[in-house]
Amino acid sequence: MLIGLINGSFYALLSLGLAVIFGMLNIINFTHGAQYMLGAFAAYFLLLYAGLGYWWAIIIAPILVGITGIIIERLFLQWLYKLDHLYGLLLTFGLALIFEGTFRNFFGSSGLPYSVPPTLQGGQNLGFMFLPNYRAWVVVFSLAVCLTTWFVIERTKLGSYLRAATENPTLVRAFGINVPRMITLTYGFGVALAALAGVMAAPIYNVSPQMGANLIIVVFAVVVIGGMGSIMGAIVTGFGLGIIEGLTNVFFPEASNTVIFIIMAIVLLIRPAGLFGRAT
Amino acid sequence: MLSPSSAPLLAVEGLQAWYGESHVLHGASFEVLVGEVVTLEGRELIGLTSDRIARLGIALCPEERGIFASLDVEENLLLPPKVRPGGLELDRIFELFPNLRERLSNQGTKLSGGEQQMLAIGRILRTGARLLLLDEPTEGLAPVIIEQIGKTIGMLKQQGFTILLVEQNFRFASTVADRYYVMENGRIIDRFANAELEANLDKLHEYLGV
Repeated sequence: MLIGLINGSFYALLSLGLAVIFGMLNIINFTHGAQYMLGAFAAYFLLLYAGLGYWWAIIIAPILVGITGIIIERLFLQWLYKLDHLYGLLLTFGLALIFEGTFRNFFGSSGLPYSVPPTLQGGQNLGFMFLPNYRAWVVVFSLAVCLTTWFVIERTKLGSYLRAATENPTLVRAFGINVPRMITLTYGFGVALAALAGVMAAPIYNVSPQMGANLIIVVFAVVVIGGMGSIMGAIVTGFGLGIIEGLTNVFFPEASNTVIFIIMAIVLLIRPAGLFGRAT
Repeated sequence: MLSPSSAPLLAVEGLQAWYGESHVLHGASFEVLVGEVVTLEGRELIGLTSDRIARLGIALCPEERGIFASLDVEENLLLPPKVRPGGLELDRIFELFPNLRERLSNQGTKLSGGEQQMLAIGRILRTGARLLLLDEPTEGLAPVIIEQIGKTIGMLKQQGFTILLVEQNFRFASTVADRYYVMENGRIIDRFANAELEANLDKLHEYLGV
């Protein structure tokens, strides 16, 4: 159950970033897993070369990786919006392979350790179980980040620009709003969310070049179940499926790797637009 | 009431436009004077790009209204940023379109077609733009609503707004316009003032094929 919530936190953060990017750019960002990995490596480098610990990394790493995202958007993605989804998919998948291959070349695939920050070491004995402080922090903090993102998109003026531009960019441009800049920043933000998840994952899993590749397949299933581009859908299904996966692990461990894909198949049969998706 | 002055608020020369691969505008030229309602008749879109519309300070009420489904009525109303001071206050907009006030928290596209049209016009009155481009505001609406939109346009004209109306419904246009341009196959093929309307009726019927 707890492991489920932890996994769910990462699913939610990652699928939220994917949903935001897909909604605005219409691009399926296959680089997302690599960007999550870059976030973890950024935290590792910050500690190794600059002596900056976890609390600095959790702020600086997403900004750095977000900036690389903005550069990628300006250099490559912006030319693809008018083309078929397939081109964006190929490009982002290729970038992911390049990032992961480069890091594997330099750091091998065994994984590098990153320790839990001193303030969050230890844990609470809840009577029926032992709750490590760091894991509680991951769940609470990622939930807070998810809900803040949801609030900004669904309830603020800036969010109304984003939603409007998702729906009809041409008209929003005609009102004099700078849509291309919004798209660039949205991609940067979605990528920064992935990096943030990477920093938070570093003390739990090891920092390794494939850490994203393993996770991203499940995250795509989460996005499909929640409904492509749906913000709340990404958050709720992220946490929900994490818990389901965790429970399956307890009661029927053999199925824990496949349960999400079984749910995905069922959801696609019954509601092809996803649980929270708007049918178009 | 403001009388149309002679300085054009918008003068378009040799406008070319492509829609996909088809060349839809072949050098259309027209001008709009301050405080008048000018109509483009014909079957073509007007073909200004969205960036140019914004740069020219034109407030656009697009074809098929362009109400956002993911925004509620209030967000739709507040979406277009102010381009200059002097736009209508929200209260004035609600005076013009009382229905909107009651439905502020409804999803934008849950409104009736007529209400959506009111919303599409209302939201650009806030921006302070003095030139409104209304693209087929009567399309698909009931006669009662069309009449109401005609009245609204008259009222806006009285308040000094300048309106470029793209319209295929000629009978509607004739109730509000000062001058007409007739467009066919992307070219302006005729132009006349409202006073010359009677004399041009036959020609017009021929152009529009009605």
